[in-house]
Amino acid sequence: MKPMRPETEADLAKLVAGLENPVRIVGGGTRGIAGPYAEIETGALRGITLYEPGALTLVARAGTPLAEITATLEAEGQHLAFEPMDHRGLLGTQGEPTIGGVVAANISGPRRIQAGACRDFLLGVRYVDGRGQVIKNGGRVMKNVTGYDLVKLMGGSWGTLGVLTEVSLKVLPKPERVATLSVGVRDAGTAVRVLSTALRSPFEVTGAAYDPDAGKALLRVEGFAGSVAYRTGRLTAELSRFGEITEEAGADTLWAGIRDAHPFHGQDGDVWRLSVKPGDAAEVSARAEADQLLFDWGGGLVWLRVPKGTDLRARLGVFSGHATVVRADAETVARLGRFQPETAAVSTLTNGLRAKFDPRGLFNLGLMG
Amino acid sequence: MEMPKPSPDVLSRKSALVARLSRVLPEEAIIHDPAETRAYECDALTAYRCPPMLAVLPSSTQQVSDVLRICHDENVPVVPRGAGTSLAGGALPTADCVILGVARMNEVLEIDYDNRFIRVQTGRTNLSVTGAVEEEDFFYAPDPSSQLACAIAGNIAMNSGGAHCLKYGVTTNNLLGVTMVMMDGSVVEIGGAHLDAPGLDLLGVICGSEGQLGVVTEATLRILRKPEGARPVLMGFNDNEVAGQCVSDIIKSGILPVAIEFMDTLCIRACENFAHAGYPDCHALLIVEVEGSDAEIDYQLSKIIEIAKRHDPVELRESQSAEESAKIWLGRKSAFGAMGQLNDYMCLDGTIPVSALPTVLRRIGELSEEFGLPVGNVFHAGDGNMHPLILFDANKPGDLENCEAFGAEILKLCVDEGGCLTGEHGVGIEKRDLMAHQYSPADLDAQMAVKDVFDPKWLLNAAKVFPLDVSEPRRMAAE
Repeated sequence: MKPMRPETEADLAKLVAGLENPVRIVGGGTRGIAGPYAEIETGALRGITLYEPGALTLVARAGTPLAEITATLEAEGQHLAFEPMDHRGLLGTQGEPTIGGVVAANISGPRRIQAGACRDFLLGVRYVDGRGQVIKNGGRVMKNVTGYDLVKLMGGSWGTLGVLTEVSLKVLPKPERVATLSVGVRDAGTAVRVLSTALRSPFEVTGAAYDPDAGKALLRVEGFAGSVAYRTGRLTAELSRFGEITEEAGADTLWAGIRDAHPFHGQDGDVWRLSVKPGDAAEVSARAEADQLLFDWGGGLVWLRVPKGTDLRARLGVFSGHATVVRADAETVARLGRFQPETAAVSTLTNGLRAKFDPRGLFNLGLMG
Repeated sequence: MEMPKPSPDVLSRKSALVARLSRVLPEEAIIHDPAETRAYECDALTAYRCPPMLAVLPSSTQQVSDVLRICHDENVPVVPRGAGTSLAGGALPTADCVILGVARMNEVLEIDYDNRFIRVQTGRTNLSVTGAVEEEDFFYAPDPSSQLACAIAGNIAMNSGGAHCLKYGVTTNNLLGVTMVMMDGSVVEIGGAHLDAPGLDLLGVICGSEGQLGVVTEATLRILRKPEGARPVLMGFNDNEVAGQCVSDIIKSGILPVAIEFMDTLCIRACENFAHAGYPDCHALLIVEVEGSDAEIDYQLSKIIEIAKRHDPVELRESQSAEESAKIWLGRKSAFGAMGQLNDYMCLDGTIPVSALPTVLRRIGELSEEFGLPVGNVFHAGDGNMHPLILFDANKPGDLENCEAFGAEILKLCVDEGGCLTGEHGVGIEKRDLMAHQYSPADLDAQMAVKDVFDPKWLLNAAKVFPLDVSEPRRMAAE
């Protein structure tokens, strides 16, 4: 079936009001959430509607390609500090990521550990709810406590509460220089101690990852050139007791690789993502008996590759955090659920919210709850 | 200020309620003598007062749960209270309510430097959270002006900010998890020491919900390592617009100061008379602070000063010592006290896009003439969070009403210029009736739908945030 492709927010609202069957909401279609439903594409709701570099604010329609936003910010020396992951390499998807998709899935990269997640940069939203009403919340200013923060609720709701039509984001200056320190480590436990020691320092580490196959704990330092030189020097002195320290070249490619879980690209098996207390990363991930691991966020984010169909949550048992299936066949996702099952108390709340926002059960069914 | 009429039925059952509560709380935790409940009649928005029917001071999550279960069962409205420092009337009681104060719950439950978080009971004050982790050179970033007194519970309810949020964000950006008691007494755990929610971002909507969705009794907060140092530069300009342009140019240059504070003439003079901080007599004063090692600070300040010089400052003073830094900040930090010496004042909290600054300041000046009340402006310029302080005389009949009408015009102006009614204080009762200026009926309905889910009977702090006529059908249906 040909996807529905409304040209304006008003058209979208009318379309939703008249829907009789459930739909999948699709931005660029790169995040791997296809389902057996008719699709609504947001790609025609496109364009940056406001950009004020001096106020660190950008407003764009949901279907605006991420690449267009990145290029516009780049021209003013700014960027999206939460560095959203590109899922195409990992999932083998095509298409152009959109800002609406990034926000709907709360996609954040390595800098999340220091600067915050996508949701932390989200200032305002417009969306069409399940009744076909256009709703706005938040705005374009950085501090806003006027009424409930539905902005956060919409960010990361994977389109299950409404169809985003416009988002406002806080942007930040792009650092003048980026450096990567690599510490040779033999095991995950030592790696997490290295990352934690660096993150406990006052030297503003903006990336803290561990690639077991390379045997390297990786630390990123960003800012003005003199400051980067100073801080990498101080970190080197503090961390030399853990292993040999070298400075890695090609920081942009290296961190884009960690952001996109590049070591997993083209490898067979299911891919999962764990959110854990950083200090638990080594112990919890060891329970997984994974074929491949990658740590980000100082250990707070663990990527795992396991044989197809593995019930990873059963292997992990009880832990503080949650596990999400990122890549697996439809049967596995259906059997295990994409997201960690919620406690009964939380589930009552989330189901209640879905029933209010999308009373007819139209949007992205089965994706979250 | 209109409040819902107290329910005679609830009031008539007071002694039965006290009896039920005394089975779950120690006697001294229940305050029911009218002479004593008076202590809870208002928060920092002192213009409005109403003693509650009762106040209770539980000391554990279990006790909070017991109290809420009983009130839910008895259909008694509850107003949660942190330290009572709300400037928006967030903790203002109704005559038929139970005030649930969390002040006795102030323990530190866990500190974990390796994982960079602290877990506390929410009656703990903001500053004492930092106090608990200072020995390892850590701090809790949100720093509202009331941080010495205000409780984390209230910070979460109002999503409080502070002077340093340009770099570190507000409460919602530093909150990792909560233990929350629902109105029916059930206890929910949301989030924790890990980052990011697994499902819907409930934490995000709980933070800033003004005590209407549940009572947060424990919180996991992100703590950060202190920077090696911080130093401000003070600059004076003879034109607001130029000062605004200077702020924008600093931000565009790629520097992210930790704070950019702005004061206008009235505030500059009041602060100078009060604190003798050595401020120049000019139209607009900026305090810009950066962090890092000495060399890093030097570098950033030199870039900032270079930018400032292009805007013909009348004063440019880079702090050379800790004493000088303290002196520069002293004036700004005593702004509210200094204005209070001049007269009674009402502090507003609208936020505007930084680019709208000159227009908004000009219009506020015109409105000041129209209403015949002086106004001083002090605000967080980096993020556009204004704090106009309107001076009035509380003893002069009609002055408060005139001041409120003036305030409402300023807040509407903020919204019309692309901003919002409140940046960090919250809506409470103060801005409740202006909500319809910022949000459409459908927008407000979407927010109230969240309360329907969390508190179907609309018993928790129900007279706040939403205009009474808008929330009335829901409050009535729930009764």
